[in-house]
Amino acid sequence: MSLTDRLLGDRQRLAYIASQAADSRLNVELETEGMTLNIGPQHPATHGTLRIIARLDGEQVVWAEPSCGYMHRGYEKLAEVRTYPQVTSLVNRIDWLGSFANEVPFILAAEKLMGVEAPARSQHIRTILFELSRIANVSLFLGDLGVQMGAITPVFFAFRDREYVLNLIEGATGGRFHPNFDRIGGLKDDLPKGWIAETKAVMKKLRTFCDQIDDLLFGNEIFQARMRGIGVIPRDVALQYGLSGANLRASGVDWDLRRDQSLPMAWNKADWKVWTHPDGDSFARCWVRLQETRESTKIVDQLLDTIPSGPIMAKVPKIIKVPEGEAWVSTENPLGEMGYYVVSRGELGPFRVKIRSASFNNMSVAPWALRGVYVPDIVTILASLYFILGDIDR
Amino acid sequence: MPVRPLNEEENPLSSAPEQSATSTQPRITSAAEVIAALGDRLVDSFHKEDLWLRVRTDAWKSSMRTLRDTLGFHYFCFLSAIDWMPSPFGRGEDDPTEPTPVRDTTIRSGYAGGDTRMQVFARVMNPVTHVGVIVKVDVDDTRPSLESLHDVYAGANWHERETHEMFGITFDGHPDLRNMYLPMDFEGHPLRKDFPLLARMIKPWPGIVDVEPLPGGGAEESADES
Repeated sequence: MSLTDRLLGDRQRLAYIASQAADSRLNVELETEGMTLNIGPQHPATHGTLRIIARLDGEQVVWAEPSCGYMHRGYEKLAEVRTYPQVTSLVNRIDWLGSFANEVPFILAAEKLMGVEAPARSQHIRTILFELSRIANVSLFLGDLGVQMGAITPVFFAFRDREYVLNLIEGATGGRFHPNFDRIGGLKDDLPKGWIAETKAVMKKLRTFCDQIDDLLFGNEIFQARMRGIGVIPRDVALQYGLSGANLRASGVDWDLRRDQSLPMAWNKADWKVWTHPDGDSFARCWVRLQETRESTKIVDQLLDTIPSGPIMAKVPKIIKVPEGEAWVSTENPLGEMGYYVVSRGELGPFRVKIRSASFNNMSVAPWALRGVYVPDIVTILASLYFILGDIDR
Repeated sequence: MPVRPLNEEENPLSSAPEQSATSTQPRITSAAEVIAALGDRLVDSFHKEDLWLRVRTDAWKSSMRTLRDTLGFHYFCFLSAIDWMPSPFGRGEDDPTEPTPVRDTTIRSGYAGGDTRMQVFARVMNPVTHVGVIVKVDVDDTRPSLESLHDVYAGANWHERETHEMFGITFDGHPDLRNMYLPMDFEGHPLRKDFPLLARMIKPWPGIVDVEPLPGGGAEESADES
């Protein structure tokens, strides 16, 4: 029995065989003339401007290839001419729906090179803001998911409830979308008065939102028919392509960077659960995200109760020079593993920053996942892979 | 289709929260094992929280295959390159009316050493033990090329395309080295250090003109404060 066979569940294996069969049937059963379909660059399923060129045979995709680069901003080059504190305002804009989460791994990498650790209080607040950006990010995904299948209602719920979270982020950081709040050695400011109580109330609302989405979308028969067994990505393919986050966990890999590595963050101070799903189909990916949003609200609730007292900044020099060295830090961002490989030469700015963004890898599986599917499934598969264009193009 | 709820009891793949990582052990536990498996293909290694390996250029693909098949590094994280030559343009903060300052352009490599100007590096992970390694390889200065990894790790396909356009490193055996981001007729390789950042070249960086004095004295003083 091969490794693949042992690791796949029955449902996964059947869907995999079906897609392989569909693949080989192409051009034999259907004597239709080939046609090229352009999806995007402007398309509601693309979260930005992504163009997908699909070669069709009848209703089936023979080959599909995403065409990136419409939003390439060259952050790796720009980071080389900036100082360490300036880089956060750049990387903020990579995944614009969960901006604060982008800053954290970069700051952690710089801190690792400097041998500085943020005080316990700011580690806690960082983790809370990190989870809030995850909730803001994924709640929009959950709403948007419906729109791409013709369900209009969930998106109104999502925009309404996401706004509560964005207000919290704005209240604490001053920025609704681009907080730029993380500093080497801590945070810019402490939390404002009354923020903790308000956050608790919002987390309650967000749990209600998750229940509503669960009823409205995940319990919906049409939704299930369009998502179950569609776009199956088996475990070994997911690993080979470097899928991460909910996409990987939906293929049955029990791996969450919040739990499985030790970082100076406060995730291990809360009681929460990593959700996985054995199926690896579109439904599983969305379902795992829904559960994660629930877990995030729990993490935030628990951490709010246990914020330690103390300073918000460690003692760092006013002019930050990072000692020579190389560091790799990645965190479990809303979209998956986001990491920075920072090379320092002991100067004011980094010598080289490699940004490993989650969507780039998550999207690279698209040519594989889209082969042999039907045209309407392209949209649901792309939606369930969940990418943000700024995160692909950087 | 009936809804099949997966609650905590019947989802065998989800983990209990008690298993949360509270250990402070380093991520690498089997550095010796990795080094032994690569044998003479390994040129140099460096171990500090993460494990850096440098392999021979001609053994790049076979080393990665060993890492994947023998040591279980199934998860492909990323692949990219570094140009170790310091930028001849500095940080792009020169005043164009002044003569260009002389800069040190000696090539110094990072962890695990290096003999060439450019190095390709990749990170792979073992999804079971959560151990990751960073593998570096030298590429020839005059004709930078390397074996493609796309049939070892399928995810390397896009990363190699990106590295190709940004650094001008070709990957032999790659099925499709089209540009990922840049137009096909773009000249130059933007992430090489000798490629100027044009926005900084045409206009002096305003930051150098109006530097605000820091509280408590000059820059050097405050840098020594810690």
